[in-house]
Amino acid sequence: MSNDTIARTVPVRMSSTSTYGSANENATNVCLRLVHLESWYGSFQALHGITLDIASNAVTSFIGPSGCGKSTLLRWMNRMNDTIPTARVSGEMTLDGEDILARTVDVVDLRRRVGMVFQKPNPFPKSIYDNVAYGPRLHRVYSRPDLDELVERSLRAAAIWDEVKDRLSQSALGLSGGQQQRLCIARAISVDPEVLLMDEPCSALDPRSSASIEELIAQLSSSYTIVIVTHNMQQASRVSDRTAFFYEGRLIEFGETEAIFTNPRHKQTEDYVTGRFG
Amino acid sequence: MTPVEQSTLAQVTQRGRIVTRASREGAERVVRGALFLCALFSVLTTIAIIAVLAKEALTFFTLPNHPEISVWQFVFGTEWTPLLGAKPGFGVLPLISGTFLVTGIAACVALPVGLITAIYLSEFAPQWLRTPLKAVLELLAGVPTVVYGFFALTFITPDILQRVSRWVTGEEVFGTYNALSAGIAVGIMILPIVCSLGEDALRAVPRALRDGSAALGGTKFDTSIRVVVPAALSGIVAAFLLAITRAVGETMIVALAAGSLPTLTANPAAQVQTMTGYMVQIFLGDAPAGGVEYQSAYAVAAMLFLLTLSLAWIGGMVLRRFREEYD
Repeated sequence: MSNDTIARTVPVRMSSTSTYGSANENATNVCLRLVHLESWYGSFQALHGITLDIASNAVTSFIGPSGCGKSTLLRWMNRMNDTIPTARVSGEMTLDGEDILARTVDVVDLRRRVGMVFQKPNPFPKSIYDNVAYGPRLHRVYSRPDLDELVERSLRAAAIWDEVKDRLSQSALGLSGGQQQRLCIARAISVDPEVLLMDEPCSALDPRSSASIEELIAQLSSSYTIVIVTHNMQQASRVSDRTAFFYEGRLIEFGETEAIFTNPRHKQTEDYVTGRFG
Repeated sequence: MTPVEQSTLAQVTQRGRIVTRASREGAERVVRGALFLCALFSVLTTIAIIAVLAKEALTFFTLPNHPEISVWQFVFGTEWTPLLGAKPGFGVLPLISGTFLVTGIAACVALPVGLITAIYLSEFAPQWLRTPLKAVLELLAGVPTVVYGFFALTFITPDILQRVSRWVTGEEVFGTYNALSAGIAVGIMILPIVCSLGEDALRAVPRALRDGSAALGGTKFDTSIRVVVPAALSGIVAAFLLAITRAVGETMIVALAAGSLPTLTANPAAQVQTMTGYMVQIFLGDAPAGGVEYQSAYAVAAMLFLLTLSLAWIGGMVLRRFREEYD
């Protein structure tokens, strides 16, 4: 059913994208490229003509007030919006040059390449080991030594190995919120994705756990392309290389994080990052 | 709170009729008493049932003119021939085996079909199909069991079992009364319980878990089988147990379709009698009140009560063992 819900129209290319503050002047590699992306829930248009490039092996953060479309945009990157029957999209989105909005795209493979971490930690009610091994098993890795190695590598990469190595067979639900979220990150990277989408990954966590997740994001950014949605502007300024500011479904400004926070070009961006609204 | 509201409140508490503490507590006491009585009612009923069963069963085991009847003989005896006049046998095992044979067949029908239907309803069925399907299941749940009994006797046995067995083996394998036909009908009867309780358990699994699985590349099928069903396992097991308890206690279907010949057998084509079936036979007038056969029905009832009780108890343990909490 997933493919039927995608209604594609011919992308309308913008004659110029300069108004969006292209951030790839000094970018090395473009991982995800969005051209004039528009999205609807039923008749409500959630995204208007979004054009931006997301650089490889860097952290890009999406900020903006609630309902500005940043989560919607994130959920098109791994086609999670396919599960919402009324969601539609038009425009172009490519991952390493491949169109990922096409009907013919295998979303199972896409989601292996584009992992996701959710707002609230959502470990499965299984053991810690089985949580991490879930993804590899879905993709037909069954040999015990291979799984052991993948589980250890993923848990190490998510900086939680030392805390859980002696209780891998215990339920993941016994972990603290911060540990659960790191476990979810381990689970997401267990299938070796290129991109990690994080939808407000710290909003359900206490400050200390948030700090450990932020540290982890910094470590992971050398190996993964990370896109993070956050309501916490300090967090965006701390963890990301580039920041995109959205307002009412439009991309207002996109650029180097430092520039967005210290020298924004648009009045709305300035008002938002200085806390005057939102 | 605005000043206006404050003044109204002040009027009530200071200038209006003063509500005394005593009268407020009085009303509270009445309500509490009524709630307690309602709770007491079911407890007293249970105690009364247990008392009657225990007393009458004890009478059976201490009948003066039947010194040969003992608890040991009753529980482990393999001959149940209470109406054999001169030398009746009171070994309950054939009735227990009959009950479990019918229940086992019913479980083989209802558990897989019910669980698969519940998964389909909860995870796959589009809304336009879900609503009529659920309505049909409710209809099935509302059919009186005597109708299922006749359905087994006049349709399942002659038109399915006998016809198919004749066609396959060329012989008449199934008699008019047999355990398989009754078991299938009981299975259909408990199907709605498995479906609707199972579906409730599946739908209670948080959406976040389904999203988590989908985001890893899990298909809807992967997600249902590997995440949703395990997460809902305690509820599913509870649904199974409730359904099986209903099957063990089911009376009308087995009385009509399983026969009235207690047989210690595992052959589904054989005629069997269940514990409930025997009780119906006795209390409907096959035996004079107060006689040994009459009293034996109480002993069987007490046995059935103990069996369902231990089933519920085992169920509770299984539930605790399999419980997987999620918030």
